[in-house]
Amino acid sequence: MTQTLIALAALLVSASAALGLRSRARAASRLGAAGSPAALAICVVALIRVLSSGHAVALRVSWAEPFGELTLGIDALSSFFLLIILSLSVVTALYGVGYLERSSQSSVSWFFFNLLVASMIVVVIARHVLVFLLAWETMALTSFFLVAHHHGQRSVRRASWIYLIASHLGSFFLLPMFFLLAPAGGSLAFSDLGHALAPWAASSCFVLAVIGFGCKAGLMPLHVWLPEAHPAAPSHVSALMSGVMIKMGVYGLLRVAMLLGEPPLWWGWLLLALGAISALLGVLFALAQHDLKRLLAYHSVENVGIIVLGIGVGFTGLSSGAPHVAVLGFTGALLHVLNHAVFKGLLFLGAGSVLRATHTAEIDELGGLMRRMPVTGSTFLVGCLSICGLPPFNGFVSEFLIYWAMIAGVLSLTAATAVPLGATVAVLASVGGLALACFAKAFGIVFLGLPRRTTPQSVVENGPSMTAPMVLLAAACLALGLSGPLLAPAVATVVADLHAPIDAASIHATTRVLSRVTLIAAAFMALVAAMALVRHRLLCRRESRAAPTWDCGYVAPSATMQYTASSFAQPIVDLYGSLLRTRKRLDAPEIHFPEAAHLETETPDLSREGIYEPLFEAIGVALRRMLVLQHGQLHIYVLAVVLTLIALLLWQVGWNS
Amino acid sequence: MMDGVVDRLMVLLILSDVALLGMSRLGAVIGLAALQGALLGGLALSASGETSRAVLLAAVGLSVRGLLFPWLLRRTARRAGVQRDLEPFVGYALSLLIGIVMLGASMALGARLPLGRAGVSNLVVPAALFTMFTGVFLIVARRKALTQCVGYLVLENGIYGFGAASVGEIPLLVELGALLDLFVAVLVMGVAVYRITAEFDHMDTQRLDALRG
Repeated sequence: MTQTLIALAALLVSASAALGLRSRARAASRLGAAGSPAALAICVVALIRVLSSGHAVALRVSWAEPFGELTLGIDALSSFFLLIILSLSVVTALYGVGYLERSSQSSVSWFFFNLLVASMIVVVIARHVLVFLLAWETMALTSFFLVAHHHGQRSVRRASWIYLIASHLGSFFLLPMFFLLAPAGGSLAFSDLGHALAPWAASSCFVLAVIGFGCKAGLMPLHVWLPEAHPAAPSHVSALMSGVMIKMGVYGLLRVAMLLGEPPLWWGWLLLALGAISALLGVLFALAQHDLKRLLAYHSVENVGIIVLGIGVGFTGLSSGAPHVAVLGFTGALLHVLNHAVFKGLLFLGAGSVLRATHTAEIDELGGLMRRMPVTGSTFLVGCLSICGLPPFNGFVSEFLIYWAMIAGVLSLTAATAVPLGATVAVLASVGGLALACFAKAFGIVFLGLPRRTTPQSVVENGPSMTAPMVLLAAACLALGLSGPLLAPAVATVVADLHAPIDAASIHATTRVLSRVTLIAAAFMALVAAMALVRHRLLCRRESRAAPTWDCGYVAPSATMQYTASSFAQPIVDLYGSLLRTRKRLDAPEIHFPEAAHLETETPDLSREGIYEPLFEAIGVALRRMLVLQHGQLHIYVLAVVLTLIALLLWQVGWNS
Repeated sequence: MMDGVVDRLMVLLILSDVALLGMSRLGAVIGLAALQGALLGGLALSASGETSRAVLLAAVGLSVRGLLFPWLLRRTARRAGVQRDLEPFVGYALSLLIGIVMLGASMALGARLPLGRAGVSNLVVPAALFTMFTGVFLIVARRKALTQCVGYLVLENGIYGFGAASVGEIPLLVELGALLDLFVAVLVMGVAVYRITAEFDHMDTQRLDALRG
C-alpha cells in the first residue's frame, strides 16, 4: 500500500515538474515521461506479491468532513489492473517523448498524462464511493485535455467535446447506482455497500453499472465517443486510453458485481447479448473505415465486446451452478484485458508512427511502407496477428479460453442455457474471421504494395524512442502468447476475488488447457522455423532473382491500380450492407472505354446517426422553447427567483403547521 | 423599556420601507436606505446587550450602511446626473398598494414562522420580512440601475434585521463577510452604472438585454 502511495506521489511530482518547466520543453518532456517508470519501479514488487498471495491490503484514514474517511485497498483484482496500467503507461510515456518532440505544448500534455495515470491508479485502489467518483471524474477530465491536445483543429475540438459529454453521461448513471447501493444513512465505504439489497435494487444497480461503465468501456450502443476521440488524440494517448482507460469500465463492472452478490441468470444473458453486439458490429464497422486510427478504435469496441462475452459466460456459469465454466470465462476475460492492452497499445503506437512519418492516417493514401519503415511494419504485423487471435500470439490464448468456456458451458449446462451459449460461439467465430479480413486490409494496404498518391520520398522510420516501445510490446505479444500456463494461477487469484468458487480442480483444468495451447503454439513455431530452414537450404546454392509480378497483360500498371481499402473490403461490406448502411457515391463510366470515374464510400456510425443525433436534436428543440425565459430582462429574472422562494417558503410554512 | 425601544425602531423601519416605495427622487431613496442602516445598528445594539463586541459591530455596520454606502451611491448619482427614477415599471401609487399587501403578508408570515427569540419584540420578524420584500420589489419594479442597487441594499438590511431577530448575535465573520460582499456589490454597481451612463447616455436596465440567447 505504502509503495503505491509513493508511486502516486512520484506521478504527481512528475506532473508538476513537467508543468513547471514549461519554458524548457526538452527537460519537461524527460521529467514528465519519467513519472510512470518511477511509479512502476516503486510498486511492482509489492503488487506482484499481492497478486501471487491473494492477500488484500487496505488503508483507512479519517479525512475532512465531506469525505468522512479515505479508504483505499489493493486486492488481487486491483493489483492485476494496476500492473497493466503501470506497464502500458511506461511504454506509452517512452513513445510519447519521441512523438511529442516537435509539439509546442508537450509540457501541458505531460502534466495531464501523469495525472491520468495517477487517477486510474486511484480508481483501482479506491474503496470509498466519493474517492472512486472523484478519481473517475479526474480520469475523464485529464483524458479530455489529452484528447484535445491539437485543439487548433476544429475536428479535434469537436471530438473532445463528444468525448467529454459521453463521459459525463456515463457518470450520470453511476451516481444513482451508488445511491441504490449505499445503505440509508450509512457509510459510503465499499465494504458497507450492497448489504441486504432487494433483488430489484440489485438488478437496477447492475443495469445502471452496465450503462455507466459500458459507456467508458465502449460497449456497442454506448461507444460513440471511441471512433471520434481516438483519431483526434495523440497516438500514445490513444494507446493508453484504448489499452487501459476503457478497461476501467470493465474493472468498475467487475468491482460492482462483486458487491451485488449472487447474480440472477439474466445478468449473464444481458452481458452476452451486449458483448455479441459490440464484438460483431465493432468489427464490421472497423472493416468499413478508411482512417487507420478510427479502424483501430472500432476494434477496441470489438475487443471490449469479447471481454464482456467472457464475463457474461462467467456470470452464466455462476448462476447456473457450473463453477468451472465461470472460472474459464472470467479467466479468459481478464487475460483478454491484459492482452488487448498489449496488442492494441502496439497497434495504436504503430498507427502513430505511420501518422508521424507520412502525416496522414488515410489508409487509401498509404502503401508500401514496409520498405521505408521496417520496424513499424513488422511490429504492426505482430499486433495484427495478435488481435486476430492467431497462435502463437497472445490474443489467441485469451480468445481460446473464452471459446473453451462457452463450449464447456454448452456441454455441461441444460439445453435452455446451452443454446444461446452455442450461438455466442458462432458470433465469436465470425468476429475472428472478420477481424482477420479487416487486418489483412489494414496491413496489406498500408504496408504492402506500392505507395499510392504521392507519398513523399522522405518517409523514414522514426527514432528509437518510438520504435523501442513497439518492439517491446511486440515481444510482449509473443511472450504472453507462450506463457499462458504461468499466467493462469495469477489470474485465478483474481478470479477468486470475484466470488467465483475457485477449487484446485478448475484451476488445474484451466492451466492444463493453457499448457496444451502453449505446446501447440510452440510446435507451430517449430514447424515454421523448420520450413524456413528447408527453404533456406533449398535456396542456398541457387540463384534467386527479383522480377515484377504478372500484370495481367497490361503493360503499364500504376500504383493507383492496386486494391484500395474500400475495394478490398467491398464484398464483406456489401454482404452486411443492411447493418452498415454504407453510403456510396459512384460515377461509373458508361461507355466501354475508360474515362474518369469516381467512387466515394462513407460509413457513419449507426448508433450515432440512428440514436444519439435524433435524440439530442429532439432535446435541443424542446429546450429551445425555454429560450422564451431568457429574455434579458433582469427584473423579471429577479421576480422569478423571488416568486420561487416565496412559493417554497409558503409551502414549507404550510407543511410545518 | 427595552421592548419599547425596539418596537419604535421597528415601526420606523416599516415606515421607511413604505416611504421607499413611494419615492421617486434618488437622493431621498438613498437617504432612506441610510436611515434604515442606522435603525438596524440601533437594533443590533439593543438586541445583543451592550458588550464591547456588539458595540463595535453595531458601529461598523452603522458607519458602512449609514455613511459609506450612501456616500458612494450619491457620488454615482451625481456623476451620472440622474435625480429621479421616472417611468418605473410599477407606478408609485400602485407600489404603495402592493406595499400594503406585502406588509400584510409579512405580518401573516411572521406570525406563522417559528422564529424570534424570547424577549425580543414580536414586531422584528414582520418588519425584517417587509424590508426584504421592499428591497426585492425595488429591484423588480424600478427602471434605473441605481434604484435597483438601493434595492439590494434594502434587501440586505432586511436580511440583517432578520438575522438579528432570530439569531441574536450574528457571528463576527458572517457579519463582516456580508458587509464586505455588499460593499463590493455597491462599488461595482456604482462603477458599472457610471460606465453604462457614460457609454450609452442612459442607465435604463430594460435596454440591457442584448446578451440573450
